[in-house]
Amino acid sequence: MNSAALIIAEVVPLVTPETTFDAPANVVFAVQAVVMIFAALRVVTTKNVVHAALWLVVVLGGVGLNYILLQAEFVAVTQFLVYLGAVIVLFLFGVMLTRAPLGVSDDLDNNQKKIGIGVGVALLAVLSYALIETFGRSELTFAAYEGVAGPNTNGRTQAVSDAIFGQYLIPFEMLSLLLLAALIGAIVLARRD
Amino acid sequence: MWFFTHVWIIPALMALSFLLILFFGKKMPKKGAEIGIVFVGAAFVLALLTGGNWIAWSNNNPEGHGPAAEGAALANVDPSCSSVAAEAAAVGEGVEHVEGKTEGKTAGKKAGEGHNEGGHSTEGATAAAPPIGESAAPAAPAAPAATEPAGAEKGGHEEVATRPVVSCINWFENGDQTISIGTLVDGQSVLLLIVVTLISLLVHVFSTDYVHGDRRYTHYFAFLSLFTASMLFFVLSENTLQMIVGWELVGVCSFALIGHWWEEKPNSDAALKAFLTNRVGDIGLLVGVIVLYFAAGKSFSIMDLNILANEGEISHNLLLIGSLCLITAVMSKSGQFILHTWLPDAMAGPTPVSALIHAATMVVAGVYMVARLYPVFFEGLSISGSSVNALSMIGAITALFGAMLAFVQKDIKKVLAYSTVSQLGFMVTALGVGAWTAALFHLFTHAFFKACLFLGAGSLSHACHHSFNMVDDMGGLRKIMPKTFWTYLVATAALAGVFPLSGFWSKDEILAGTGSFPGTEGANGEYHVMLVMLLLAAFCTAAYMTRTIWYAFYGEYRGHGTPHESGPRITTPLIILASLGAIAGIVNLPAAFDFLPEGTQTRFEHYVEPVGLYFPAISHAGFNPALAVISVLVGLSGIGLAYLYFFKDAFAGLHGLAERNKVAAFFKNILVNKYYFDWLYTTVIVGFVKGPLARAANWFSANVIDGTVNLVGKTAVGSGSWVYKNVDQKVVDGAVNGAGSSASGVGAMLRLTQTGRIQQYAALFFAAVAILAGVFVVVIG
Amino acid sequence: MFLNQFLLLSAILFTIGVYGVIVRKNGVLVLMSIELVLNAVNINLIVFSTYWGVAGQVFALFTIAIAAAEVGVGLAIVLLIYRNQRSVDIDELDEMKG
Repeated sequence: MNSAALIIAEVVPLVTPETTFDAPANVVFAVQAVVMIFAALRVVTTKNVVHAALWLVVVLGGVGLNYILLQAEFVAVTQFLVYLGAVIVLFLFGVMLTRAPLGVSDDLDNNQKKIGIGVGVALLAVLSYALIETFGRSELTFAAYEGVAGPNTNGRTQAVSDAIFGQYLIPFEMLSLLLLAALIGAIVLARRD
Repeated sequence: MWFFTHVWIIPALMALSFLLILFFGKKMPKKGAEIGIVFVGAAFVLALLTGGNWIAWSNNNPEGHGPAAEGAALANVDPSCSSVAAEAAAVGEGVEHVEGKTEGKTAGKKAGEGHNEGGHSTEGATAAAPPIGESAAPAAPAAPAATEPAGAEKGGHEEVATRPVVSCINWFENGDQTISIGTLVDGQSVLLLIVVTLISLLVHVFSTDYVHGDRRYTHYFAFLSLFTASMLFFVLSENTLQMIVGWELVGVCSFALIGHWWEEKPNSDAALKAFLTNRVGDIGLLVGVIVLYFAAGKSFSIMDLNILANEGEISHNLLLIGSLCLITAVMSKSGQFILHTWLPDAMAGPTPVSALIHAATMVVAGVYMVARLYPVFFEGLSISGSSVNALSMIGAITALFGAMLAFVQKDIKKVLAYSTVSQLGFMVTALGVGAWTAALFHLFTHAFFKACLFLGAGSLSHACHHSFNMVDDMGGLRKIMPKTFWTYLVATAALAGVFPLSGFWSKDEILAGTGSFPGTEGANGEYHVMLVMLLLAAFCTAAYMTRTIWYAFYGEYRGHGTPHESGPRITTPLIILASLGAIAGIVNLPAAFDFLPEGTQTRFEHYVEPVGLYFPAISHAGFNPALAVISVLVGLSGIGLAYLYFFKDAFAGLHGLAERNKVAAFFKNILVNKYYFDWLYTTVIVGFVKGPLARAANWFSANVIDGTVNLVGKTAVGSGSWVYKNVDQKVVDGAVNGAGSSASGVGAMLRLTQTGRIQQYAALFFAAVAILAGVFVVVIG
Repeated sequence: MFLNQFLLLSAILFTIGVYGVIVRKNGVLVLMSIELVLNAVNINLIVFSTYWGVAGQVFALFTIAIAAAEVGVGLAIVLLIYRNQRSVDIDELDEMKG
């Protein structure tokens, strides 16, 4: 389990004295990181389709938790609402409608496991090398949020909304168009005729 | 002033009307028609009031020259919609500081505000001329000019700069680019406001009888309203982006109304054809607008663009590219040559729609667009002082070829459609030769008499069991339908350019504007070819219109049933339009007519033509009596020859010539087949793409690409065998075995890559990504 | 906290997602793996938004919306495949073979 080893390698230096150690946040991070990685691995290895969807819930929830740690509350809430609320339900419907085997099934993977592991490890190696080379032990400073928000204000959310409806209005409108197109496309595809 | 800043109410009214008809029309006693008529009537009244105010406003807005006056010329342009206006305001202030004028520091926006306040205090006053003048005078920084308004105006109209009133709101922002939406009010847009609402009102009234009992009656009126709203929105556009929106909206309405009776295949085909042909031109519009956006320093504002183009701030080549792109748009929307094929087919829609959209208003959108962005064309095409350019050439070809096509049509609406194509060609030529006023004047008069002709054709078909075939189903209707006949006759005479009627004045102005006829003074260039082609077109026009009169109104009735005169809701609009078509010429009597009272000549030019920074200094061709006589003679000879041919049966040898003479039959065939343009488009171009081009691509793929692959394969095999024979045999056995197995291993591996399984491709893809990223990170980074 | 602890977590999620895309046979499971990949990207966006302002958050929101659309269309496609093939095994979809 090379990934777990890497995470430990990363978490351990946090306790070195010269860094400002934000204990609760780091503990939360460590716990949820381990849980998330385990859950993500279960999503891609479990032999039960429904279990995969449920493990996915754990991963997505963990991602939401990450957002909170990173002080992006609005995105976190959206993550919970959209992913946990909507996407997972969609997946369960997909499982149901395609009559996927509900119990344990040995036939969920193809014969490319070795290739998959090889590619995955290679990618991870490259990525982690690049990240460690580039960012090393740089601290998370939240520099961008300074001045936007105090501890108990809604400043960041307001800043996000200002950005969406100001600077990024056209991409936003395009997005609504895309959603419309996806809606129509899904109906056209799934309709029986 | 109130009218100019609140002119948005007019399109808003029509949009509201559209929604009301859509939602409540079916429940109304008259199925929604009354909503449309009431709203378009209100819009017409508002447009008239705006027009009256505009006239009063231009009479009271003398301007001087010089930098301070230039700033003042843009005093009513909201600085937030035009960066040039904002700069001009700043410059105006600066100049005043230098000159030490302490009392006149209300340049730019302050002046605009002053006007606004003044306008509000006189709000609702229809004859608001004196108060506006008063409010304008103190606020205008060009104080010296303001003190002598009457003298400056009377002395020479070149001195009078009617200030455009531009107001806008911030539509949305993206990054630092602000997109505004607003209104640009000047003589040109006010003119179109009045024309569009008037024709629309009459068409609404006409339609209540004409499409009575139609299965989509409510839907029809809803779209008439939406069309009017879109056209007004387009006409009032303050920036080019808004123009595109209006342009596409009228296109959509045109599509919906041409296909109003879509159950019949030809109608829906015609609608599609109109839509798709217009799409071709829309690409040109889009590209042109984008080019000009960057040319004008990232601004969509029409004022900015025009002023910069006019002052030579934009390079000639950019303007040339931009104007050529926009000409494509004109070709499609205004039915110019080679993209005109949709317009005759568009006659599949209800006749009032043809009158409103495909004769009087929408198709002039292209002409209007050129007129609106005139500095771009004027500079880009170097109109001044030259003798040929793309715009005038296209216009002249269209005018002549359209008129010739109108000869062979059996369908009365198609005759009128080709006539419209031809007349639009006249307008475009006029713009191309620099006769801006003549083009707009012809647009104005043409709207009346062509709408009258179309509605007359509608009235005829209403009587003849909804047939438009004048050769087979009409005839002898002169006695039965006197009102239709007389109005049709007057409109025909106006179209043919018979002397005192409106068509004469506008057509003559265009002919003079070519500057080619000896003795014409003040034209912008010498466009000899255009003059000849336009005279020929005018001759054809007179002749083919006489032909329609003969077929429709004289001889024996050839249809079935008993025709009858149409009801008052049809004939009243006809009478109004015919009278307007007859007298509209008096609004722009030539300046040479100095025996007339002061201030009655060239009123149209005076009020409609913009004078100022955002309009090029075009010169006006003077009235040339000799040319006028020739143009009348040409028209009359066209009428006379056609009269002799059809009515008196003269030139007996010519009758049935096409049946006897192969050469004549050949030419007639060309005309009947509309120069084979539709054939060219559907059979040659589409067929080529579908057939040979696709086959060629397939052949290329099958023979060249596969051949290359095969060749490579064969070469590999060949060289492999050569290697086998010459090298392999000579090396040690172990190496032979190793080479063989590695070759087969490579082969097997390569075979694996061609499985068609997506996930394998994905695996390969990600592996490649990992390797590439590794190379980048480790080696380069 | 370090930048890298989040970035590495996201890298791990990304690779696990890629592994799932390559290995899983069931169409629905492949879609789930794609969700893992998208979420990994989102974490990155959010991390960097703490450096460069809220643009990252905005784009994370956009990604979430697009992901929702993608799942909708993707499941519709899977459903269509199921209807035609009576199976959602991606292995059996080898019509792309030349």
